[in-house]
Amino acid sequence: MWRALLFSWCLFVMGNVHAVLTIEITQGVKGAMPIAIVPFGWGGQGAPPEDIAKIVGADLSRSGYFAPLPEADLPSRPHDATAVRFPDWRMVRVDNLVIGNLSLLGPDSYQIKFHLFDVYKGKSLAGYSFRTNRQGLRRVAHQISDIIYEKLTGRKGVFSTSIAYVTAIRKGGTVSYALSVADADGYNEQVILDAPQPLMSPAWSPDGKRLAYVSFETGRSAIYIQDVGTAKRTRVASFKGINSAPAWSPDGRKLAFTSSKNGNADIYVLDLGSRKVVRITTSGAIDTEAAWSPDGGSLVFTSDRGGSPQIYRVPIGPSGPVGRPKRVTYEGSYNARASFSPDGSRLVMVHRSGKRFQIAVLELDTGQLSIVSDTRLGESPTFAPNGDMVLYATEVGGRGVLEAASVDSRSHQRLGFARGDVREPAWSPMP
Amino acid sequence: MKNLFYWMSMAFFVAGMVGCSATAPVEEGGKPMPSGQGVADQLEGRGMVRDDAARGKALDEGSLLSRTTIYFGYDSSEIAPEFRELLRAHGKYLASHPEIRITIEGHTDERGSREYNLALGERRAYAVRQLLMLQGVAPNQLEVISYGEERPVAYEHDESAWRLNRRAVLRYPGR
Repeated sequence: MWRALLFSWCLFVMGNVHAVLTIEITQGVKGAMPIAIVPFGWGGQGAPPEDIAKIVGADLSRSGYFAPLPEADLPSRPHDATAVRFPDWRMVRVDNLVIGNLSLLGPDSYQIKFHLFDVYKGKSLAGYSFRTNRQGLRRVAHQISDIIYEKLTGRKGVFSTSIAYVTAIRKGGTVSYALSVADADGYNEQVILDAPQPLMSPAWSPDGKRLAYVSFETGRSAIYIQDVGTAKRTRVASFKGINSAPAWSPDGRKLAFTSSKNGNADIYVLDLGSRKVVRITTSGAIDTEAAWSPDGGSLVFTSDRGGSPQIYRVPIGPSGPVGRPKRVTYEGSYNARASFSPDGSRLVMVHRSGKRFQIAVLELDTGQLSIVSDTRLGESPTFAPNGDMVLYATEVGGRGVLEAASVDSRSHQRLGFARGDVREPAWSPMP
Repeated sequence: MKNLFYWMSMAFFVAGMVGCSATAPVEEGGKPMPSGQGVADQLEGRGMVRDDAARGKALDEGSLLSRTTIYFGYDSSEIAPEFRELLRAHGKYLASHPEIRITIEGHTDERGSREYNLALGERRAYAVRQLLMLQGVAPNQLEVISYGEERPVAYEHDESAWRLNRRAVLRYPGR
């Protein structure tokens, strides 16, 4: 529902909704499951309004776990279960087959049916029917991808999620900034806020309805919360000094943030209901970039109290920190911008290795750190809400772009955008 | 994307560097830290309106007061000896003009995390503020704002740009 509202608002603002350019770079898809996705049947005039099979194929291959058969290699093109001949598909060595059909029921009313088959067992694993309007066709395709992903990997898909990000566009001597939200595949970019002053650090509320972010529109940093559907916004922190790094608690009631109102950057927690502010760190060093554990019981944050930026963890209660922060990272001279995986078992962070800024994942129980990117200037990593992928910003050919990597680092994808430098991605919660 | 503005700026920068004093300290990579007077101001590309009414008297104190940018080494907020003379001049001037209030801006290069850089930029601005206060400037004359890496003057992704972005800027009224 909110997507429909968002879309109409953005039509008003933007006038056009343009797709982004997605460039896929797959690194080592060894072990990816071979799958055949047959172009869906279409009973209407001309070309179908959306190529559902293509969207599903792009989703599944982007996850790094699937290798769709090229269209030219499809032995046949069934649109319903009765037309499927399993020997054909065993010959091309695919484990699974997806077929479907798109039909027009009435003005702006479509039906989409699909089936997922286990080719070797010769049986259907899933079959669904959807009804939607023209606007909803991509969303249905992503839902189909989610169903397939969950059936075949046992894990929840993130193909129906969104990403928020900041775009900086340089024209002559000035820079303009935009905060945008797009589908996880980069389509349907919608500008949430246009500004002539810098924007930073978008953060999704746990219910996916609001974004907190930092804006310099008053001349210095301040934190705002904006409702994505209605565009209504409020300024929630503009104390003396820095106001930045907003992070929502898992229950959505509090915002951890960075303020330097007491002389240097420290972490505070703002209760959004009572507006009460509780101080969490008191060192004379820089303490910033707080992130909540999924159980809401502790924060990790960046601190240079030991001489250079490292990650620390502190348990927190309603009246503040419980005990002293403990250092978490011991490898490398620079670790920053940590955040938890959804299951709480890992952190993703910026890790300097030699002179390169990489994205690394730390297993909290073993302490093992693995680099998942191949970047010189990697920054702002964010976990997908199923914990299987991370999205981060980097620079390629002089431009700011986003990259997605599977957590095991087997697959990498770049999202190149039509305009400007793109940075500071934030992956939305599950819809 | 390179454009005319960028090339003009680089031309000005090179011209400025040629006229520099030779006592710049050397940092990593063996390159001297930038110290060209007014050069970084030109690179910032904003129309500068110098409030000479407020500083007209000061101009005869020498060209030091027209230099308002302090550069920093990587990951550092230490003020190099070369800039202490500059800050002494500004400090002396501001201490004798308590009605003048300035903003000290802190900036960093693009490397590393944006939010940490916002705090590092502030630390640089505070280091400058501290030095000015030692000259007798009142705290309420010195406001600090950090822009972290968000307001670079140079956009290349290498040390030639990074060294220009690691800076604190003294903003007098009208500028």
